[in-house]
Amino acid sequence: MRELALNILDITENSISAGATLIEIGVSADFEKDVLRICIVDNGCGMDEEMLARVTDPFTTTRTTRKVGMGLPLFKFSAESAGGEFSIRSEKGKGTEVCASYQISHVDRMPLGDFGGVALQLVTMNPQADFRITAESGDRRGALDTREVREILGEGVPLSSPEVRMFLKEYIQENLVDIFGGRL
Amino acid sequence: MKSLEELRALREKMKSQTDNRSVAGADETVIKVGMATCGIAAGARPVLDALLDEADKRQLHNVSISQTGCIGMCRLEPIVEVFKDGQKFTYVHMTADKARKVMNDHVVNGNPCAEYLIGEN
Repeated sequence: MRELALNILDITENSISAGATLIEIGVSADFEKDVLRICIVDNGCGMDEEMLARVTDPFTTTRTTRKVGMGLPLFKFSAESAGGEFSIRSEKGKGTEVCASYQISHVDRMPLGDFGGVALQLVTMNPQADFRITAESGDRRGALDTREVREILGEGVPLSSPEVRMFLKEYIQENLVDIFGGRL
Repeated sequence: MKSLEELRALREKMKSQTDNRSVAGADETVIKVGMATCGIAAGARPVLDALLDEADKRQLHNVSISQTGCIGMCRLEPIVEVFKDGQKFTYVHMTADKARKVMNDHVVNGNPCAEYLIGEN
């Protein structure tokens, strides 16, 4: 994993496997305090305390094809090796919240990467879940809520249709450039 | 800057055109890209983007592209599975360029790219 955006994609896939119907992804940067924060909150099936305690161990996984699960350990490592912190909270039946923070100027902080592309992929390829994706930096902020988009589009026009995808791609990119201005 | 209001106009436009995407039927090709930690780390995202881009460019209405979890052979990721003509083709060690070639040669023209198939790797 060379981009934080890919970590976000990976962790969000966990939310989708957990049957979440609403997933909130927040990326906020405070350049004055030199802190970048990423949070992924879902309303999926959650996990019990015993699982929660083991979940950042690479040898814990819910997948059945093999015994290794690197998603959360890699995300945790990305934060802790860049002067930041990692936290995960979960409640069985309620959902899970994964947060990571980074020192923006830290030499080992991974670049954010193609977050716009990841956001687009998530909203267009997961019709079963709704997303609220927010980006924030100082007084600039933007949000994309698929519930809002679905309401405008109405029945019968899926988010995955090429015309909608093209619109969302540009919409997300323009907003991200305006908010972060390529500084992450 | 674009606003969500433009979506409304888009919806009106799309309502007026009949969509033959939904009536693809039996000749539909299904493409799946492994998008678990292993796939993502190996570069599955650019592969998926390339597939979607080709499908858009060529206006392929009978192709459904989706993502899936870990296919089970992490060392061969990025993996792309193509279900076509009642058969399954597993392409391994994919890149964006290889994905475009698979779209061209196999999905559109019906000639599987044997050199990228799992049996050859």
